Amino acid sequence: MKSNLNEMPNKTETTPDVPRQFQRNTLMKQPNYWIFAAVTLLMMAVPLFTSSNSVLFMLTNIFILGVFAMSYDLLLGYTGIISFGHAMFFGIGAYSMGLSLRFFDNAEAGVLVALAAAIVLCFIVSFFVGLLSLRLRDTFYALITLAVATIFLIAAEQWRSLTRGSDGFNFTADIPNNLFGFINLLDRQTVYYLGLVFIVAMFLIMRRFIYSPVGRTLQAIRENENRVASLGFNVLHYKLISNVVAGVIAGLAGIMYAFSIRFVNPHSVLGVELTIDVLLMTVIGGVGTLVGAIVGAGIIEISSHWLMGLRDVHPIFERWVILFGIIFILIVMFFPAGIVGTIRQKWKARRSSL
Amino acid sequence: MSGILETKDLTINFGGHTAVDHVSLSIKEKELKSIIGPNGAGKTTVFNLISGQLKPSAGQVYFKGKEIEKLPPHKRTKLGIGRSFQITNVFPNLSVLENVRLAVQSKENIMYNMIRHFKYFSRLEDEAMGFLEKVQLDKKADHPAASLAHGEKRKLEIAILLALDSEVLLLDEPTAGMSLEEVPDIIELIKEIRDERDRTIILIEHKMELVLNLSDSIAVLFHGKLLADGDPEDIMKNEQVQSAYLGGDIADA
Repeated sequence: MKSNLNEMPNKTETTPDVPRQFQRNTLMKQPNYWIFAAVTLLMMAVPLFTSSNSVLFMLTNIFILGVFAMSYDLLLGYTGIISFGHAMFFGIGAYSMGLSLRFFDNAEAGVLVALAAAIVLCFIVSFFVGLLSLRLRDTFYALITLAVATIFLIAAEQWRSLTRGSDGFNFTADIPNNLFGFINLLDRQTVYYLGLVFIVAMFLIMRRFIYSPVGRTLQAIRENENRVASLGFNVLHYKLISNVVAGVIAGLAGIMYAFSIRFVNPHSVLGVELTIDVLLMTVIGGVGTLVGAIVGAGIIEISSHWLMGLRDVHPIFERWVILFGIIFILIVMFFPAGIVGTIRQKWKARRSSL
Repeated sequence: MSGILETKDLTINFGGHTAVDHVSLSIKEKELKSIIGPNGAGKTTVFNLISGQLKPSAGQVYFKGKEIEKLPPHKRTKLGIGRSFQITNVFPNLSVLENVRLAVQSKENIMYNMIRHFKYFSRLEDEAMGFLEKVQLDKKADHPAASLAHGEKRKLEIAILLALDSEVLLLDEPTAGMSLEEVPDIIELIKEIRDERDRTIILIEHKMELVLNLSDSIAVLFHGKLLADGDPEDIMKNEQVQSAYLGGDIADA
């Protein structure tokens, strides 16, 4: 499923296959490149300014949910299909890590087994769910993902001997403090940097993916599926690739979440609410923009935290979800293409009018 | 079996309505065949059956002697049957260049690469630009396709089809809805492709006068049935054609 041999550059072509515009020096002239570098550096510096574990904890979760939201955006924004079961991959990742830390005495073995199990499981599940439903209409995909995700949710609730049912389980005691001899996962700062490396790596990987020939074809599928077929592309293959890539990355995000929260229960990592959250993150930030997914994750995390904090002011803030609904409506009204999407549109319009 | 593309008793029913009724066509290699007929005659439906958007209720489609009516559209494109659409069918939010680049990507068989940046294959963009120049859209390469005027979208449609570099081109009313001054350009372009004589063209047209000089042969459809098939002169002389087609549609136009 990796690269196709047919793409080997044809040396007899008169136009050389040397990347013309895609060279480091032109890349560095793009403002996006500098924004990316500046934000990354800023995030690297955060622990120098604050030693507050709650701030680091919140940012770490934003990184992880940001990756989860970006993986969802591959489906919603770049392929144009809605999944109602994306949380299952996140849950598979989180449960794999939680369970294997609990059952393996050797921390390294536990982490590696969890990693392998999550990747393989997410691959298989996303592949077969996609194969079953993606050849049908998009509504079937939405329903089948919801159904399969519900199966996982029920399994996690009912298989008590393994998962401890709907209470879930805490595995703080099993978190390795000396993984591979140097990683202390009990240290918030270490987990923070791990999360930062994770989001930067995943962002770059997904960015490359959406700018690859496959990614470009996916965006065309989003625009006009039938026309893509009549250009000679097997639409099902492309949707499957998108589904598998999104599923595996969501699984990895789930693994990271396990390191950060050190606790799993069915509703927090497998529930439909989580899929709805990630859908909101993507829509708020801007569908079809990877950065938007991160911004959306940040907004949801920070505002829920902040609104919850206001519950001492007035008990209504206990029900922060209601207030969040209002924020959501306002954002959709004033930023119809999401925050990043709308800013990008305005920026483009300004540049072309100059 | 002499033609590169043949249909045998091709039939499709929609509910009780038979849109295409036992149509048998034979298209010779490297000829330009026009399919004409009044609105609702089943011209586009025949195209949809040939290119795979629809599956026939009965009958066969042969491409180079092989039965293809059960293949999905993308496989038929890969075999060498490219088509354009009467109702403009482009990618509205992608740039004009990207619309054509995707077709070049398919033709060059760069299908499943997800590691390289697409700009690595810069020759694809260069090639796509060449096709845009051919239809005089090169200056709009960076615009989103949705921002094009109707006539320009029709040109883009043709550029996409040309980029596929298919052996058989199915052109579904390429001049539909174009302004009068744009039509000669497109007809000229089709003539050019025909005169190269290295591919087969099937052209659906509404305006008979456009295809008379262009076509090697003409098939006339009427109510889903093949009414006549032959040289342009014979078609002109055919009384059935005159009463059914010329009598009806052209008089209205």
